[in-house]
Amino acid sequence: MKQKNLELAVGLFVALGLAAFLMLALKVSDLTSFGDDEGYRVTAKFENIGGLKTQAPVTLSGVRIGRVVHIGLDPQSYEAVVTLLINPKYNQLPDDSGASILTAGLLGEQYVGLDPGGMDTYLKDGGTIKLTQSALVLEKLIGRLFANIASGGSSPANTPAPAPAPAP
Amino acid sequence: MSDWLAAWGRFVLEWLSQLGRASLFLLQMLRALSFLFSRPGLLIKQLHAIGVLSLPIILVSGLFVGMVLGLQGYSNLVDFGATSSLGTVVALSLIRELGPVLTALLYAGRAGSALTAEIGLMRATEQIASMQMMAVDPFIRVLAPRFLAGFIAMPLLTGIFTAVGILGGYLVAVVQLGVDGGSFWGQMQAKVQLFADISNGVFIKSAAFGLVANWIALFQGYQAAPTSEGVSLATTRTVVDTSLAVLGLDFLLTALMFGVW
Repeated sequence: MKQKNLELAVGLFVALGLAAFLMLALKVSDLTSFGDDEGYRVTAKFENIGGLKTQAPVTLSGVRIGRVVHIGLDPQSYEAVVTLLINPKYNQLPDDSGASILTAGLLGEQYVGLDPGGMDTYLKDGGTIKLTQSALVLEKLIGRLFANIASGGSSPANTPAPAPAPAP
Repeated sequence: MSDWLAAWGRFVLEWLSQLGRASLFLLQMLRALSFLFSRPGLLIKQLHAIGVLSLPIILVSGLFVGMVLGLQGYSNLVDFGATSSLGTVVALSLIRELGPVLTALLYAGRAGSALTAEIGLMRATEQIASMQMMAVDPFIRVLAPRFLAGFIAMPLLTGIFTAVGILGGYLVAVVQLGVDGGSFWGQMQAKVQLFADISNGVFIKSAAFGLVANWIALFQGYQAAPTSEGVSLATTRTVVDTSLAVLGLDFLLTALMFGVW
């Protein structure tokens, strides 16, 4: 009798432990997102993808419609080739849609935002998005800003102080 | 000067021979494991003593650790308007570090010390010697079941601790402080990886800690001086040595698993 209770308690303990692992796997980890492997694949070439990573979300008007599944490099054009897996529910994306790499917030992760075009034909599995806009690289932006300031400050020659742009 | 050097040398030699004895002890225990298949009842009894009876402390501390993480994370993240990633913070810190390490430390206090005291008293009252007299191998009858039970129980306890902790974080963050529940779980699922985080952190780390904690506890009990003072000294040493070994090992494992080089 005693032994029976003991075995019952141990069985419950092991079951509880396994249930905890199951919860960690299903509820906490990315296992659930492995499941939505169906969908169609679309590639897009970018000049610079910044810090984009696989598993990053693909959104349309802010709604998540897919994710980035692969990032490669085109050896001819030296462009980054990003493969997007898009949920089959959203199979009516116009052929001339554009893709741009955006950042969620100032410090957030980077994602691919799609802008729908106006054509009647729709993107299919294996299609490509032609209109792309690269990620904004902060260093390049700052460099351009400095270049603008430098050229702006020197062209109206011999002004004593580099005055800021006049207010309109 | 030479006295000092000699003392240092004696210390190192003592330490090395201790390590050698402990390794032989572990080997003998591992060799005895195969006999457990014919006596699973012994293992069940120890799983009850080590695992089931440790559940209350693990459940309560897991819940409170998770709740504290939720509160602290919230009050820090709310300044940046980033409370939506609270779920990630709670889950990753529990899965990667706090779950395995705190479970191992609690285990050392709750079960490891009990193991040492039990084995130490068995030796002090010459129960082990009388077993050997009757040609019963104490490694098979006493030590191996406890070792395997601890090794099995530790990952299970860690999983329970982590899951309860995440629920505690959910309770504070979503139910109490009003963080959006969808982003709490959603961000968590986006960031926590099954193999890189959960199997590395919860599974492999806790298995390593289970091995070390039980090894130290049983060895300290087995070689305790057969006096009441010796048993108390061995129990203290178990808790101290296990805590230090777990924390040191945790750094090594973290550097191997999550290190960036």
